Amino acid sequence: METTTATKGYQPMEYKSEEGRLKIFGFWVFLSAEIVLFSTLFATYFVLVHQTAGGPAGKDLFEVNIFAMETFFLLTSSFTCGLAILYMRKNSMKGYLIWTIITLLLGLGFLILEIKEFSTLVEMGAGPTHSAFLSAFFTLVGTHGLHVSLGIVWVTSVMIQVIKRGFTPVTARKIFMTGLYWHFLDVVWIFLFSTIYLLGVA
Amino acid sequence: MEQHHSAKPHIVGYIFSLILTVLAFVDMLYTRLPMSMKITVLLILAVLQFLVQLIYFMHIWESKERAYQVISIAYGIFVAISIVAGSIWIMIYNTMPM
Repeated sequence: METTTATKGYQPMEYKSEEGRLKIFGFWVFLSAEIVLFSTLFATYFVLVHQTAGGPAGKDLFEVNIFAMETFFLLTSSFTCGLAILYMRKNSMKGYLIWTIITLLLGLGFLILEIKEFSTLVEMGAGPTHSAFLSAFFTLVGTHGLHVSLGIVWVTSVMIQVIKRGFTPVTARKIFMTGLYWHFLDVVWIFLFSTIYLLGVA
Repeated sequence: MEQHHSAKPHIVGYIFSLILTVLAFVDMLYTRLPMSMKITVLLILAVLQFLVQLIYFMHIWESKERAYQVISIAYGIFVAISIVAGSIWIMIYNTMPM
């Protein structure tokens, strides 16, 4: 396989050392464990989705405009995060910073919408304690939201380190891994908006 | 050298994702297909979008360790499907009537 990358004549900085490659591989293993974590929460939700205890169901609660907007924010942030890595590879600090900040703002926008959505639900009396359905819903979507919050903190910290130290094989690897994490959050959201929200309102 | 620094794959991936997302909304909200058909289409679109993220944005093929990366993600997906499908199968279709 060595020849494949050699013939391409190009290897990004984060893959140059074996340590870098192994750490990135390790991060894929972590993501695979995250897939399993979320699958248990999805399974719980699907099993409990009809147990509304006489309270509201997804149809009564989910608003298409809001989750469509959330989807658009997160999808676009995944794209801009990819661009940030592209500019990191082009060795352009300015490009990296601009796209990373846009990514963070879109992530924040997503979080604000989600927090608003949650507080509206709780105000309506449809909080997590109301029914098994709502407990499962808040746990699943809340866990994703928590991941997005952690992602924002992580991307920001790496960005500060990059401003201080510049692009090195170590910071390049960190940027790449935060990128993988951020794309993964969008992957989880794809399944969330499809099977929770869209299926809920249909 | 140039092609590795091109934004093209990212833009292609973004356009694919947008199209797949819009199709998912149209499928669930604006068609009159039977529910089982709608859900099948929805799941296919979600899986396609997952692949777009993996290939265009996450560059799963890029590292020398690509084989291990793919195997580990594939294993995670296998366990996830077992958990979700197994739970639904047992709890909804195979629970004893009370």
